[in-house]
Amino acid sequence: MFGKLSLDSIPFHEPIIMVTAAAIGIIGALIVGLITYYRKWGYLWTEWVTSIDHKKIGVMYFLVALVMLIRGFADAIMMRTQQAIAAGGAEGYLPPEHYDQIFTAHGVIMIFFVAMPMVIGLMNLVVPLQIGARDVAFPFMNNLSFWLFAVGVILVNMSLVIGEFAKTGWLAYAPLSELKYSPGVGVDYWIWALQISGIGTTLTGINFFVTILKMRTKGMSLFRMPIFTWTALCTNVLIILSFPILTVTIALLTLDRYLGMHFFTNDMGGSQMMYVNLIWAWGHPEVYILILPAFGVFSEVIATFTKKRLFGYKTMVWATVVIAFLSFTVWLHHFFTMGAGADVNSFFGIATMIIAIPTGVKIFNWLFTMYRGRIQFTTPVLWTIGFIITFTLGGMTGVMLAVPGANFVLHNTLFVIAHFHNVIIGGVVFGMMAGFTYWFPKAFGFTLSEKWGKRSFWCWLIGFYVAFMPLYALSFFGAMRRMQSYEQTEWQPLMIVAWFGAVIIACGIACIVIQLVVSIRDREKNRDLTGDPWDGRTLEWSTSSPPPNYNFAYLPDVASIDSYWEMKQQPGGFKRELATKFEDIHMPRNTAEGPILSLFALLFGFALIWHIWWLAGLGAIGMFVTFMFRIFNNDTDYHVSAAEVEKTEREYHKRLEMQA
Amino acid sequence: MNDSHTSHDGTSHGSHKSYTVGLILSIALTLAAFGVVMLGKFSILATAITVIVTAVVQVLVQLILFMHLEFRTQQGRESGGFFVFTAVIIGLIVGGSLWIMHHLRLNLM
Amino acid sequence: MATDTIKQHDAHAHDGHEHHDAGAMKIFGFWIYLMSDLVIFGTLFATFGVLANATAGGPTSQEIFELPFVLVGTFLLLISSFTFGLAVLAQNAGDRGAVLKWLAVTFLLGFGFVAMEVYEFHNLIAEGYGPDRSAFLSAFFTLVGTHGLHVTFGLIWIAIMFFQISKRGLDSVTKPRMLCLSLFWHFLDIVWICVFSFVYLIGAM
Repeated sequence: MFGKLSLDSIPFHEPIIMVTAAAIGIIGALIVGLITYYRKWGYLWTEWVTSIDHKKIGVMYFLVALVMLIRGFADAIMMRTQQAIAAGGAEGYLPPEHYDQIFTAHGVIMIFFVAMPMVIGLMNLVVPLQIGARDVAFPFMNNLSFWLFAVGVILVNMSLVIGEFAKTGWLAYAPLSELKYSPGVGVDYWIWALQISGIGTTLTGINFFVTILKMRTKGMSLFRMPIFTWTALCTNVLIILSFPILTVTIALLTLDRYLGMHFFTNDMGGSQMMYVNLIWAWGHPEVYILILPAFGVFSEVIATFTKKRLFGYKTMVWATVVIAFLSFTVWLHHFFTMGAGADVNSFFGIATMIIAIPTGVKIFNWLFTMYRGRIQFTTPVLWTIGFIITFTLGGMTGVMLAVPGANFVLHNTLFVIAHFHNVIIGGVVFGMMAGFTYWFPKAFGFTLSEKWGKRSFWCWLIGFYVAFMPLYALSFFGAMRRMQSYEQTEWQPLMIVAWFGAVIIACGIACIVIQLVVSIRDREKNRDLTGDPWDGRTLEWSTSSPPPNYNFAYLPDVASIDSYWEMKQQPGGFKRELATKFEDIHMPRNTAEGPILSLFALLFGFALIWHIWWLAGLGAIGMFVTFMFRIFNNDTDYHVSAAEVEKTEREYHKRLEMQA
Repeated sequence: MNDSHTSHDGTSHGSHKSYTVGLILSIALTLAAFGVVMLGKFSILATAITVIVTAVVQVLVQLILFMHLEFRTQQGRESGGFFVFTAVIIGLIVGGSLWIMHHLRLNLM
Repeated sequence: MATDTIKQHDAHAHDGHEHHDAGAMKIFGFWIYLMSDLVIFGTLFATFGVLANATAGGPTSQEIFELPFVLVGTFLLLISSFTFGLAVLAQNAGDRGAVLKWLAVTFLLGFGFVAMEVYEFHNLIAEGYGPDRSAFLSAFFTLVGTHGLHVTFGLIWIAIMFFQISKRGLDSVTKPRMLCLSLFWHFLDIVWICVFSFVYLIGAM
């Protein structure tokens, strides 16, 4: 009746998990209690859960990402602690079965449930505003994408208390991930969390690609788009073309595990090497999906806070396009040692080094933008400078790894770990923090505390180096990755240094939390009344903060790059004149079908994990029926009346005048 | 007779003629491919090449005559361009995978 | 220009044009989805290509493929692609009755194709040559089966369109959906060309 699920599935004997579960339970109950007490369930449902507003969806993505950052980081500090003590025969406090789940969960959570939603959240909030559009091309699908992603988050969190997670590493290589060596539910949680949220991501790729190509406002040709939108466009192309590879690979593993097929099994002709090949054919474009938007953020931030047009706009665009294309030609560098031989290895090694060239072009363009600019050392600029130094170092270690001969020595050592954290933290995390600080006022109407932002930055920067430079050194002594314990006591001092680095990063995360609390407390003092707190250059800064749900009362007419800046430079400056004639604006309605369909997807995934076949059938039928409701729903949009638009605009102008 | 195959929204339409020509060509190409294999009268290389060539041609026939793939209109260039890019990427992935796996098999099995 | 205000966008967004733009956008979006679907099939083909000879002592492709049977199925699908084209031409001419007729014909032909495929799979499994017998068979069943599953979803969609068009006729909601479905249906026949060529014909040689 309940498949493999029983009370035994809950790990009552694991104190760490039980304490965590209790903590989550208490905090969860508190939140539910507060919402009930303040009678906010209706508000949450109508304003957030069913919202098709890209700005709100963006906020929700980023919020979930921040929460998951805490869980992913908890995994990190647990690992650092284990490695700081488990030297020379000491076993530490985490047995291998538990340690292996932690490093697996750490990777899965950080990539899929922290970095990706931060990227997608920023794209959601910013891109339609930057191109002068009112929403994305397919607002219902946008809502559905978010809730499918949320299902993945829920499943991965459920695995903590009900059952177990995969012990295979974040990419679940076969044959370890096959039924024979992973008979439990861990890999199945991995499969369904990624498969369901992956569908959401693919839909987002399609959505934003069409949005950027088809919904730009009048006059905004492709080469007048803001750079962040360009990087978003390329990122979405990568998503559209690479995520299907992941979908198939996970599906084939699923068929092996559920229907006894032999794609990647040890026997009957299966090819485990094909698994590695396919998963990295997805995996490499994936890391460019993460970094390109970060590059876009830095371009916007540098131009804004040096008050200069970005140097080399066209070469930036071409560099981005070239990087996106080349990202499909390098994937074998993740498995040089698998044995494809010198011919194959040298092709992919050279291709990998070539991809460093357009990246270098970008770095120079950022530096040239700053040269002779009037740089304001705001928090986003600090993140940017930290990125330029840190990412460049990390990129160089990447070029080292790209040499197949060197890779034979460095593969699976701590060198690889240090390298990718170097570029992901220095690149993606720093970029997301810069974007978070930069666009926060646009979303919420007030700026974040500069003081706590700077403190967070310094903790992250120093913490990163203290945590990861020792790992480079340790790798040269022979230290491998994913070690639950190690013989060599001479490695322990550096492991302890690394632990301190993690603690410093923890302070950085604490600063982010404090920053949010303090900023919300002080929001009246830091109100963004004009919508343009940074003297920005692109169209999103021409709206109020936050913008009305329809974004623009009139779709702007654009004549150049940095169009908003150019409008401001006109003699007389930029006049937000209240127009005389308003129109009805056609907007999509909120949707219940998105969250409901996703709920059935959750039941479907959970049921399949635990082999509760009747529940899986129910989930599938539920998804189909809900989708039918959507198809036959005639009432999917409405008009914001001209009168209401006028009222909103008049109120905004009144506030502007009071402030002036 | 209305010979204009572009609708007012800029997308291409077919006509009875284009669909019929597409059908006839597809039938002929399918019969050629099946015939050459089922009759078995030719060398393996010749047969394989025939199958591959007829497949490629039939794919193009159906892309152009059934799915109206074209590069004349703005819409067509966008869709067609993305298709070409997708085809290139698939070529890289499929070709690359076959190349890699072949070499792995040589070296390791 | 003395002062620059946010210029007013040409207010030409009367409902007809707006819906029509929305329709074109849906079709373009659907095309992009098809491109992602193409990558799915590409990956499945790559997997098949790698595992085609991994027969693990079980049957090889030469032993299990019945080409005359596949030829009949191929023609059913091909003709159904043609009849769907006729349905779209009927839609362009505004002829609701003809649209429904050609949808029904397409459905029957497509159903025939799927039925033949289910028959083929059933027979193979009954002989002990199911997808769990070897990696080659896993790849074969999955590639061909994924295509068949897509066709099945297409059939469900055809049925829905039949129902919707009977009820509300050819309007700004049903017409773009028909065009999306036509792209889907033609796409599936194109994928089938690759399947019968590279799986069945090359495999039978």
